[in-house]
Amino acid sequence: MGALTESVGIAWQWLWSGDARLWQIVGRSLAVSASACALACLIGLPLGAWLGVARFRGRAVVVIGINTLMAVPSVVVGLVVYLLLSRSGPLGFLGWLFSFPAMVLAQTLLVLPLVVGLARQVVQEVEQRHGEQLRALGAGVGTRAVWLAWDERVALLMVVIAAFARAVAEVGAVMIVGGNIEGHTRVMTTAIALETSKGDLPLALGLGLVLLVVVLGLHALVALLRQASQRWAGPSAAWERLA
Amino acid sequence: MSPCLALDDVHVRLGRAAQAALSGVTLRVQVGERVALVGANGSGKSTLLRVLMGLLPVQQGQIWRAPDLRVALVFQQPYLLRMSALHNVALALWWQGRPWRQACERAQQALHAVGLGGCAHRPARTLSGGQQQRLALARAWAQQPHVWLLDEPTASLDPHASAEVEALIRAFAAGAAPADLAPAAPGQQAAQGRTLVFSSHHLGQVRRLASRVVYLEAGRIRADVPVDVFFDAQRLGQHSREALAFLQAEMP
Repeated sequence: MGALTESVGIAWQWLWSGDARLWQIVGRSLAVSASACALACLIGLPLGAWLGVARFRGRAVVVIGINTLMAVPSVVVGLVVYLLLSRSGPLGFLGWLFSFPAMVLAQTLLVLPLVVGLARQVVQEVEQRHGEQLRALGAGVGTRAVWLAWDERVALLMVVIAAFARAVAEVGAVMIVGGNIEGHTRVMTTAIALETSKGDLPLALGLGLVLLVVVLGLHALVALLRQASQRWAGPSAAWERLA
Repeated sequence: MSPCLALDDVHVRLGRAAQAALSGVTLRVQVGERVALVGANGSGKSTLLRVLMGLLPVQQGQIWRAPDLRVALVFQQPYLLRMSALHNVALALWWQGRPWRQACERAQQALHAVGLGGCAHRPARTLSGGQQQRLALARAWAQQPHVWLLDEPTASLDPHASAEVEALIRAFAAGAAPADLAPAAPGQQAAQGRTLVFSSHHLGQVRRLASRVVYLEAGRIRADVPVDVFFDAQRLGQHSREALAFLQAEMP
């Protein structure tokens, strides 16, 4: 217990003094995860919204597939991306392995199913209860997907946050495809894993604290947005179920 | 009189339900008629309205609509998007291909028609229940329907709001629309008023609004009579014992 409090104390001093090494890792970590999250949402939100509204043969299989992928271990994603990017792999010509783009790609693939799956759930719920009213007004599948998603934007924002939180907190994928190279591909989680095994607990703890604060800040932001949106437009049913 | 909507021996089964929601329903709606659908919960009133709107697939039977017929369906609890009242109306018009500016102008007129002109820029979901239902009526009104379908339009409203909404429905049924918006109807519609098909649990409302009453039980039409016959126990009894039993149980 003494070691823990001592480490927390040192970590706090470290954070407070603005240690460049530490903040560089934090910045890189946020940049990788934010890029991955943005890419995954760009593809995943429209796809999930469409899937929540569209009816086609084999849809159930697609939904089960996505739900399964939502829980895929990050090391598996890392392994797959590693194979894709390795010199003999199909994307080896890009020369991305052990680089920033490789980590972004891996995290994008990791959180994409999460974004698609949760967005589908949110939109499908409103579609089931109210879709026919929009159909009665002449809205087709695409129109309903767009407007139901827009109407549930607060709930979808929660999906974005969840995706970012999963990306920023995972360690397996970035470790495998990034390689945890100091000053190059070292991010918060890989640094924590390494420093812990080296016995440098203060640095690991400091990074852990930053990670915690980031996630906490995001959730506070969502809570504020949610309040503001409720004041303006009434509560969202889908939101209540997700939150 | 000419028919504008017709169902011929229509069978509908919802999902994997054991019992059919509609079985063997044949109905002809004439231009200018005001048809009330009555019956217990689950008797098929809402299903029938959705079939008339074309929202539900039919397993068997035929649906016929007059060419170019515009139909609007107003639900018991309207789903309003999280935006202003005005934009809720305008968006529906925009979906149907109207330019946005024109849609907004028409939406403004529609809101005035239902007495919500002052609430145009308020978020739709902050309106009261009665106002929300009137907004839904405005949304339908803006489409200039030839036929109004209303699914228990006042069921979830308090008596005051209910009376307001009913007065609007009556005004619309009478064809009260600004001259420039009067529908270019098939036949002599404007002179006869609009066609109305509505479901209701409120027999006073049925008496006030309807010209014809269709009584449903377990997905079948058990009585289809003029409104004066429906409320005359002796004459109704000759048509349908089921409908008579329903009426006697429901009448205060």
